[in-house]
Amino acid sequence: MSDHHHKETFVTKYIFSQDHKMIAKQYLITGMIMGIIGIFMSMLFRLQLAYPGESFGIIEAFLGEGGEGGVITPDMYLALVTIHGTIMVFFVLTAGLSGTFSNLLIPLQIGARDMASGFLNMLSYWMFFLSSLVMVLSLFVTTGPASAGWTIYPPLSALPQAMPGSGAGMTLWLVSMAIFIASSLLGSLNYIVTVLNLRTKGMKMTRLPLTIWAFFITAIIGVISFPVLLSAALLLIFDRSFGTSFYLSDIFIAGEVLHYKGGSPILFEHLFWFLGHPEVYIILLPALGLTSEVIATNARKPIFGYRAMIASIIAIAFLSTIVWGHHMFVTGMNPFLGSVFTFTTLLIAIPSAVKAFNYITTLWRGNLQLNPAMMFSIGLVSTFITGGLTGLILGDSALDINVHDTMFVVAHFHLVMGVSAIFGMFAGVYHWFPKMYGRMMNKDLGYLHFWLTAISAYGVFFPMHFTGLAGLPRRYYNNTAFPMFDDLLAINVVITIFALIGGFAQLIFLANFFISIKKGPKAPQNPWKSNTLEWTAPVEHMHGNWPGEIPHVERWPYDYSKTDENGELWGGQDFTPQNVPIREGEEVF
Amino acid sequence: MKALFYIIIGVALMVVCWQLVKLLGLTKKEDQTATPKENDVNGKLMLVLMTFIYVLMVWSLWGTREVLLPQLGASAEAYHIDILFKYSMALILFVQFILQALIFWFTFKYRGTEGRKAYFFADSHKLEMWWTITPAVVLAGMIIYGLMTWNAVMDASDVEDPLIIELYAQQFNWNARYAGEDNTLGNGNVRFIKGANVMGVDMTDKNAADDIPVVADPVSFVKELHLPKGRTVIFKLRSQDVLHSAYMPHFRAQMNCVPGMVTQIKMTPTVTTAEMRENADTKKKFENINILRKSQGKEEVEFDYVLLCNKICGASHYNMQLKIVVEEEADFNAWLKKQKTLAESL
Repeated sequence: MSDHHHKETFVTKYIFSQDHKMIAKQYLITGMIMGIIGIFMSMLFRLQLAYPGESFGIIEAFLGEGGEGGVITPDMYLALVTIHGTIMVFFVLTAGLSGTFSNLLIPLQIGARDMASGFLNMLSYWMFFLSSLVMVLSLFVTTGPASAGWTIYPPLSALPQAMPGSGAGMTLWLVSMAIFIASSLLGSLNYIVTVLNLRTKGMKMTRLPLTIWAFFITAIIGVISFPVLLSAALLLIFDRSFGTSFYLSDIFIAGEVLHYKGGSPILFEHLFWFLGHPEVYIILLPALGLTSEVIATNARKPIFGYRAMIASIIAIAFLSTIVWGHHMFVTGMNPFLGSVFTFTTLLIAIPSAVKAFNYITTLWRGNLQLNPAMMFSIGLVSTFITGGLTGLILGDSALDINVHDTMFVVAHFHLVMGVSAIFGMFAGVYHWFPKMYGRMMNKDLGYLHFWLTAISAYGVFFPMHFTGLAGLPRRYYNNTAFPMFDDLLAINVVITIFALIGGFAQLIFLANFFISIKKGPKAPQNPWKSNTLEWTAPVEHMHGNWPGEIPHVERWPYDYSKTDENGELWGGQDFTPQNVPIREGEEVF
Repeated sequence: MKALFYIIIGVALMVVCWQLVKLLGLTKKEDQTATPKENDVNGKLMLVLMTFIYVLMVWSLWGTREVLLPQLGASAEAYHIDILFKYSMALILFVQFILQALIFWFTFKYRGTEGRKAYFFADSHKLEMWWTITPAVVLAGMIIYGLMTWNAVMDASDVEDPLIIELYAQQFNWNARYAGEDNTLGNGNVRFIKGANVMGVDMTDKNAADDIPVVADPVSFVKELHLPKGRTVIFKLRSQDVLHSAYMPHFRAQMNCVPGMVTQIKMTPTVTTAEMRENADTKKKFENINILRKSQGKEEVEFDYVLLCNKICGASHYNMQLKIVVEEEADFNAWLKKQKTLAESL
């Protein structure tokens, strides 16, 4: 296979590999394992919300003391929602999504032999692996894992007296996140440098596929905002372990006054959300990038408004760094500052709307090839709109007062970033599986997976908005303490049933994925008749991606169904790969 | 060990899934972008998904009308917020309805068939201009209206004769204190917490003695926070240990309690508890609740305003509540007179 390169051992090929394609697969598999844990946790706590106090064997089997008698304890419940959030946001949708596809696609789509630094890339993956390991280990400490919510607001997260999860579990959470951030920074720097320096001849920035633009801008936001979370975490470690008072002041707990003086939890919230909000776009932009590519390819049409799409990505990225305060309207922040954040937040709706309209126009008068990747991409556009619209309510400070921290918020962000991003991830896996493993996934299982997932995603999160409008707060262990929530039980049962269907539907995906690696039919060179460079590389992976010279790029990536002056398709086919020279008389876009 | 058993079941299910597909002969090799049949079936199913989403929307809107908060907001601030909310919601639902229809209709209409040619349509500055400007204009309106509402709700600078009340949060309990005769709260700090002085009031502060703490009823152990109808209340919020959030959904009021600082929110109750119990929405909701409670063998309840904690604060976060009673000002004054001041109770 790679006879003109140095010989590889099992260890250098599969474990400490510096090849971006192998690292991408490592990211994907690790992300999937974390995803299984995260989704499974959500199924367990959904059981508790629909059937409070009822006993389930599966809960006792997996949660041990936290599920004594088959009923989740309140502490365990908070631990589950905390770890579910942490795992899904960081480990699945940041590392699992961006790590996988940035690594796989950046070198292949820009025409590079590998990442700028293979070693840093390998280091980035192994630090991610280590942080995953620490996070999983934290589930097994006797006082339980971190339970203060994925936002770990102090003082709750700082004081072991406040909840058992803020003991050793929280320490491990912080250690894990510190390693994770280092990993993320190494990855992002590598992506930025690679995109800027290693593009093949002719690959101008204005000829980059939108996937690469999305990964590139995502990496930039990551580099700007993740260090801030790291400093927030470090200061929290100082408060927890060395007696400083960055976030703590005037606290009386467990019968005694603590020595902390002069700190403010609000400082933590500012630092946290300075990452936390851009994080939403770190998750979402790669998913939108993948979708842009999948939709254009399968609509057999150019993506509508290529330049506007790039401008929107940049505008969203810029705005995302100045809106974090909308998570803090009711923290006692100065109301004037609240007004500023309302203004910037609602502005984000403009580039988002442009993106949504452009996707819809791309579908218009296409020749849609509805394979599973395309179905998930269309699903993404749908959930992105459904979830995004309620952002107009939450971003409006006056309206946020009454829905802040209710289930309305939970429904909103799950649809707009959770479901949308995971749909983008699925679309990416179905579309680029042949590139990763040289085999095809089964389409019928793919369709079944899509239908069950799409219906359950809507079934879970659409009604959930209305529990929030009924005043139901998030992170409530059960809703029976307030008579006014008694009549929400029926809705909660519906939500839980859909959640279980959705959870089990992922088994179909896992079966399809793992068995197709071994048993799927061999992939052709360019299975989706796509224009981008990765499909010119040989199906069998090799070091350096292309034998001989790297193809030169002659055109933008979206020449689908382009016709000459007689209305005939150029070259008799409805796609023109990026390395095909401009023909005589062809109009250049 | 049992966990292992469940995991094995999961893996077995996955294998079954694959074998079933194989048995049905669906894994045959084919041209690998979608076949015309796949396009046709899935294109039509997309319309089914659209119908499902619309049905879900209608069911959620219509089916939940009896479980939502009563339409009637119970404070002057709620009045402003509710109007803004209704406009925003109408706008959102309108856009949602149109855009989802476009997505799924296009997917159905332009599903790939043999011989269909896609239309090379890469750019149209005119169109893009339109859909940049339209949202910009609509949003400008929303921002302006939103900020006017925000200022009306948050600005407490020109309130005449407000009733000052401190809300004091601790794991997992609410305490409250009225500012008393002088309508000024005595200073508080956790370092003064001792014995019955649970809110850490500095008793050497001259404003402290006349403050009136809310205490639990000796028989039912229920604490009641009484508020007068029609008088603006300014809540000063403090926390003793971790972050809490005072959330009063019926009044559309919420503010976090932050250890180490005092936060503030104003609210003017406009509907007494008795009036709200007679409200049609409330009546219907509590009828349903009581039918449900009866079937579960629980005692009947009647409507009460409630203050709940809405910021994760520990194990009993889900049960941190304070009953609120809104009454006519005269009744309120009479009730307050009967309460003991701090000087008397400590």
